[in-house]
Amino acid sequence: MSFPGAGLAKGLAVTLRTMTKKSVTAQYPEVQPVLPPRSRGVIALLEENCTVCMLCARECPDWCIYIDSHKETLPAAEPNARARTRNVLDRFAIDFSLCMYCGICIEVCPFDALFWSPEFEYAETDILELTHERDRLREWMWTVPAPPALDPAAEEPKEIAAARKAADKLAAAAAAAASEEGEAP
Amino acid sequence: MNLLDTVLRCVATLVVFLVFPLVIGQTEHKVMAHMQGRLGPMYAGGFHGWAQLVADGVKFAQKEDIVPAGADRRIFQLAPAVSLLPYLFVLLAIPVGPNGFVGQAIDAGLFFVLAVMGVGVIGKLMAGWASANKFSLLGGLRTAAQLMSYELPMVLAAASVAMAAGTLSLPGILDAWEWYWLPWQLIGAFVFFTAGLAELQRPPFDMPVADSEIIFGAYTEYTGLRFALFLLSEYAGILVVSALTAVLFLGGWHGPLSDQLGWLWMILKTFALAFVVIWLRVTYPRLREDQLMRFAWTGLIPLALVQLALTGIIKVAIS
Repeated sequence: MSFPGAGLAKGLAVTLRTMTKKSVTAQYPEVQPVLPPRSRGVIALLEENCTVCMLCARECPDWCIYIDSHKETLPAAEPNARARTRNVLDRFAIDFSLCMYCGICIEVCPFDALFWSPEFEYAETDILELTHERDRLREWMWTVPAPPALDPAAEEPKEIAAARKAADKLAAAAAAAASEEGEAP
Repeated sequence: MNLLDTVLRCVATLVVFLVFPLVIGQTEHKVMAHMQGRLGPMYAGGFHGWAQLVADGVKFAQKEDIVPAGADRRIFQLAPAVSLLPYLFVLLAIPVGPNGFVGQAIDAGLFFVLAVMGVGVIGKLMAGWASANKFSLLGGLRTAAQLMSYELPMVLAAASVAMAAGTLSLPGILDAWEWYWLPWQLIGAFVFFTAGLAELQRPPFDMPVADSEIIFGAYTEYTGLRFALFLLSEYAGILVVSALTAVLFLGGWHGPLSDQLGWLWMILKTFALAFVVIWLRVTYPRLREDQLMRFAWTGLIPLALVQLALTGIIKVAIS
């Protein structure tokens, strides 16, 4: 059943209802936003884990990772062993004015040296300041959150599954040995 | 009435004239924002942006006052004052409370008020003509066309109330007011309020300043304080139209304890109507020029005539 002017009345009702609802405006500088887990804010470097394998720099689609390094020779640990060489990181920098936050460097790092941090407030007035050197990248590590918990019905993490498998095998072997010992005498 | 009394009434009216439009403007900022799911001004003044319009005023005062080279200087500079001042004079004649709580009781108050309100539109017409700008001229002409078509239903609706009360004096109308006038004059109230909105060029009747097609109509060439005066005149107009509708159709200061709290009832009714003005602005899109004219001539004027006939018949039946 509709009467003339029903649409007009409906319009008034909509605006009035919206007025009584809480507005959705984010009051950003006063109130920090609630970011979803795995937010991509800035890339942090755990340089202790870095082996200068250069995978990140080579996979970066816009080549914004700069790595310099040199080789160091370690003296032989034992008298007859040969001397080992080791890569030493001299410079690790990410130019966030070029970075497109694809996260490939983090995915590709075989030694867990790169992490996403949700921090996003690092705007600069000079574009050169957006190139973060290794100490600044290392500082971001303190803002990296713990990895989010797994879903309730999720598969076991691979390393835990492997460890459990090994432990089970060992326990089975021990049990078998014990029963054999019991039978033998 | 001695000199002091006169001065006091004038000052009080001036204070109301300077404060209430700002309150309505700030209410519009906030109400419009919340109706659109926003917060509106939040910074100026600290608490929920209460001083936003003060900040706007300071900004307008700092701006350069420009008069275009081709403009008719005197007329161009005079137009904002002509647009604003009539509302001040109207405010002087609007009764706020019982027993002479009015700036100046005028015998032909209703006549005075309607006549002077029409002058405000002349200011906009002057601005449109004197700017030497085609958009301003279009805006000015649309303003004139709108005034022509909406003044008639407004006057007819007001005439209906005057007929019911048997007087043209605004306090006199309120003295004669009874509660059953509300349903009796309902159509008239609708016509008067709508026509008032159209005369103020408030959305949805803001074709004369339609910014998406003629920039800002008659105000296109204005900057700084003169532009601010035009804006102020719009909000003063809301105040005046709401107050007049409250006086003529909602019984002004009538209400419980009207002897002591009459002024409060009047102010409450005025602000409730001002809220409706804002509400309508947020809700409805702008009427096209031909729709605007058709609405006035085929909608409001027949309704006003029906109201006039109804008033006459019942008036004769009662007496």
